[in-house]
Amino acid sequence: MTAPVIGVLALQGDVREHTAALAAAGAHARPIRRPTELETVDGLIIPGGESTTISKLTDLFELREPIDKRIADGMPVYGSCAGMIMLASEVLDGRADQRGFAGIEMTVRRNAFGRQVASFEAPVNLDGIDGGPLHALFIRAPWVEHVGRGVEVLGTVTEGPAAGRIVAVRQENLLATAFHPELTGDRRLHAYFADLVRAAI
Amino acid sequence: MPDTQTSNTSANAPVTGTPHVKRGMAEMLKGGVIMDVVTAEQAKIAEDAGAVAVMALERVPSDIRAQGGVSRMSDPDMIDSIMDVVSIPVMAKARIGHFVEAQILQSLGVDYVDESEVLTPADYAHHIDKWAFTVPFVCGATNLGEALRRITEGAAMIRSKGEAGTGDVSNATTHMRGIRTEIRRLQSLPTDELYVAAKELQAPYELVKEIAETGKLPVVLFTAGGIATPADAAMMMQLGAEGVFVGSGIFKSDNPAQRAAAIVKATTFHDDPETLAKVSRGLGEAMVGINAGTLSQSDRLAERGW
Repeated sequence: MTAPVIGVLALQGDVREHTAALAAAGAHARPIRRPTELETVDGLIIPGGESTTISKLTDLFELREPIDKRIADGMPVYGSCAGMIMLASEVLDGRADQRGFAGIEMTVRRNAFGRQVASFEAPVNLDGIDGGPLHALFIRAPWVEHVGRGVEVLGTVTEGPAAGRIVAVRQENLLATAFHPELTGDRRLHAYFADLVRAAI
Repeated sequence: MPDTQTSNTSANAPVTGTPHVKRGMAEMLKGGVIMDVVTAEQAKIAEDAGAVAVMALERVPSDIRAQGGVSRMSDPDMIDSIMDVVSIPVMAKARIGHFVEAQILQSLGVDYVDESEVLTPADYAHHIDKWAFTVPFVCGATNLGEALRRITEGAAMIRSKGEAGTGDVSNATTHMRGIRTEIRRLQSLPTDELYVAAKELQAPYELVKEIAETGKLPVVLFTAGGIATPADAAMMMQLGAEGVFVGSGIFKSDNPAQRAAAIVKATTFHDDPETLAKVSRGLGEAMVGINAGTLSQSDRLAERGW
């Protein structure tokens, strides 16, 4: 089985952790900062980071249109945290000039769980991922307030004040989580995404 | 606000304030620029320019130098006003060892506390016990031993100290090179020599051993102190910094908005001279600056902290 080539949008954020997780999950990973680099990958990860910064740099370095085009052509994309915000068709509590890609039909609330002192870890069960719950880190994380018709909810928060909130979704080849599997050493979600990319090649 | 140790019986209950979420927060700032701001207007300019976070403080380091006196935590009203206008993380400074200033900052809901040598130290022997807090801390370091002592006390992020408020990047360079060189040296040592290395670094053996194995700090390493131009930021990134704090360098320059945006771009494209040349054009005067070598002993902020 060939290893898919998966880019990690490397404008800002925890790029290295995603790159390492992809490599451990059997993919070839490479950082992407330029439109020409985007052409060389089969799939893309938008990492955790500051979504307003990533949005701004995406425009400044002329990556928006090429990424939107690849998404329209069916390229698989996975976004964690800021990446989830970048994949949302609508963002609440964002900046007025903040724009995502033409991605998942969903409304995402930025920093929904609160400021950093409210950041937390908790196990989350995900549909389609075997072997028990993922240990999820939520860092100034968003949640999904509303999903469109074609969006599959993969996981929700199970306990605490935010129980029931949607934190993992998939719409066809687009995958998003509010939490950071790249920080935990559990590679199942990256393997799941690598399989998705492999199937789309 | 949830407690650090959520006393819930369920294994599935959310837990806040863990080392994972504190260190993880710094991971999200990587490749970004954190800017000192003293007003809500400046905070807005910083966010507009693409800052990943702002540091709210009453006076930027160059003014602290010029005005002298005891420098303390900022007024909570001022910090609130900044948290109100920006959606990016807001950090604030507490004096070295001043755990009550840190308690206050945590209660305000700031996203990171900088236990900072830029303010006048409150304790000349002890730093804050940072494990006792839900809010994460960043601390300055001039060398590896200092970085490891801060991590041992619970720091979730380290920044090189440089010499704040000078616009002279030479000390930041020295500190960043020093930390990286000491890490490489540990990697080259046989296991039985790590015990003495730990003693010399005045740091716990387990931490020293971990660094010898991984070749990096267990927390994110930023740079700070004297960064005034896009080229300064890019050089520090090439030297191994994972992100940049800019203090006086932005709002003490001719054209803060443009300079701030240029430093953000230079940090991302730190290894691309063509982009660096493009963003360095037409920025106007950088901050005037002070040659760090001319500072008297008592004016050297980097020597605060131990």
